Amino acid sequence: MWLATLLMALRALRRNVLRSALTTLGIVIGVASVIAMVTLGQSATASVRKSISSLGTNMLIIMPGSDRRGPVSSSATAFKMDDLHALRQELGESTSLAPTTNKSILFVYGNNNYSTTVQGSSNDFFRVRNYKVSRGREFSDTELSGGTPVCVLGETVRRKVFGAQDPLGAVARAGKLACTVIGLLEAKGQSSFGMDQDDLVIMPLAAVQRRLVGNSDINAIYLTVERESALNRTKLQVQALLRERRHIQPGQNDDFAVQDTREIANALGSVTGVLTALLGAVAGVSLLVGGIGIMNIMLVSVTERTREIGTRLAIGALANEVLLQFLVEAVLLCVLGGAIGIGLGLLGSWAAARALTMPFAVDYTIVFIAFVFSGVIGILFGYVPARRAARLNPIEALRHE
Amino acid sequence: MSSKSPEKQGRPPLIELSNLVKSYGQGDAEVRALGGVSLRINAGEFVAVIGASGSGKSTCMNLIGCLDRPTSGSFRFLGVEVTTLDNNALALLRRHYLGFVFQGFNLLSRTSALENVELPLVYRRIPAKERRRRALLALQQVGLEDRVQHMPSELSGGQQQRVAIARAIVSEPSLLLADEPTGNLDSARKGEIVRLLGDFSRTRGITVVIVTHESDVARWARRIIQFEDGLVSRDEPNTPTES
Repeated sequence: MWLATLLMALRALRRNVLRSALTTLGIVIGVASVIAMVTLGQSATASVRKSISSLGTNMLIIMPGSDRRGPVSSSATAFKMDDLHALRQELGESTSLAPTTNKSILFVYGNNNYSTTVQGSSNDFFRVRNYKVSRGREFSDTELSGGTPVCVLGETVRRKVFGAQDPLGAVARAGKLACTVIGLLEAKGQSSFGMDQDDLVIMPLAAVQRRLVGNSDINAIYLTVERESALNRTKLQVQALLRERRHIQPGQNDDFAVQDTREIANALGSVTGVLTALLGAVAGVSLLVGGIGIMNIMLVSVTERTREIGTRLAIGALANEVLLQFLVEAVLLCVLGGAIGIGLGLLGSWAAARALTMPFAVDYTIVFIAFVFSGVIGILFGYVPARRAARLNPIEALRHE
Repeated sequence: MSSKSPEKQGRPPLIELSNLVKSYGQGDAEVRALGGVSLRINAGEFVAVIGASGSGKSTCMNLIGCLDRPTSGSFRFLGVEVTTLDNNALALLRRHYLGFVFQGFNLLSRTSALENVELPLVYRRIPAKERRRRALLALQQVGLEDRVQHMPSELSGGQQQRVAIARAIVSEPSLLLADEPTGNLDSARKGEIVRLLGDFSRTRGITVVIVTHESDVARWARRIIQFEDGLVSRDEPNTPTES
């Protein structure tokens, strides 16, 4: 019975292939956009999380400014070397601390120049931020304490400014400061924010502070603990120490922020999650519109096939069998459209993820939900036309022109 | 009114109408399409129902075809009172005992002759293989064995009507109702179709009732019932004549 009805519905759809295809196009597009939106959104979230965790899961970033997500206000008091020493004393040798001060500069060598960021820091920076010197060397103690203008180049800067030439030992200009290239970083590649992690120049902290910025401020402190389990405790220690050093009364808010990478990942993840939900909802509306299209065409089809329905009733079809036939036709249209839509949506988001160099994360729950939902739309919007067909009076239906 | 043959022992007539009334509308606007018809048709008869339009013959055929219910009176089909059955029971009655042939053929478009003929068997839940065998046989009996895969649009009017007849007889009905079966055909095809129906009545014992307004179609029948103003005005046997 079910098989016969299914075959009958297939035959009816095949009788007018073009119209069936056009009718289900709304569902195809609706399902495809839902799948594409959600898949892309989740790929974006996954890629954000991945790039943040590539910073390391055991890292804290300490920045001046109140604890709110977003840009840190520049009016807050910067950290000083004393803060760093105090932190080092408090936390002991098992934590690595990398103070940084950065400045945007024009890096010039010969006829080439390139606008980049110089990071002033210590050798801990390489460990904490997970950079490796592929050629040359890190800073010596005398260079660090004396603020000697030497620099280590990120791969992007090397390529843009030096091209095929060997940069080691060359004297280039960082802003107005002449500096000697002593090392080259191993390429890290692009992070998923579209941020080039190889687009930087590293110099001793003292060199940047004294010769480029002109003060002794520290903009941010990166900190890694040996074991991830110690992260929360370390965070509390840092907060307590800095509150004390910055004379913050109990009840007052911090004027600095201590963020761990998981926290940042979650914050960004929730933003992309909201975006995903919004886009998914918009796509869901288009699916609903597709359903209305199905209902419209099924109503037309019932009117057009009135004589056929009359003939079927005269031959001995029960009203319920006619109802079922038209319902199955509508559901079949929707489910076929849904299946095609899922295929197109996945293909589209795969291509987009590739183009944007994001990981391609398929959520099979969403695929399943989209498929079931397209079937449900078929039932919802197919029922009214099907009931109209089943309620036809056979005599009038037979006489219908 | 006269009835053609006496009731055979223990076997009820195929159709027995007594004082059947059908009216449309209510109150002052009430129109009586049938004004109390009593009629008996036995198994194996070949009957032509004639009359002008509005005479009530079509209304009577709709009732006999179990497509409609009378306002009052009794209609027994094979001895069973039909007037009290619900829609589903009527549909099942049509499925198992009736075959229809219409003026406009009413074949499913873009569906092959074979599939059209198979349709009643689909509703009877006959397995596909058996369905195909019987449908091919029926098409052979109407002389269309070389047209089984043709679509209705690829067939002439006479051929389409023969497909429709094959569809009506494929389920071996007790009663075949033909409503103006020759109305859309030219005169050469008319005789062909009516003769075909007569053959099925004679050779297979199927009761055939043809509704027509054409007297040259009616003269092929062995009994002619004439309707006038919602009543039977004439009911007499007829000797089929060749033209």
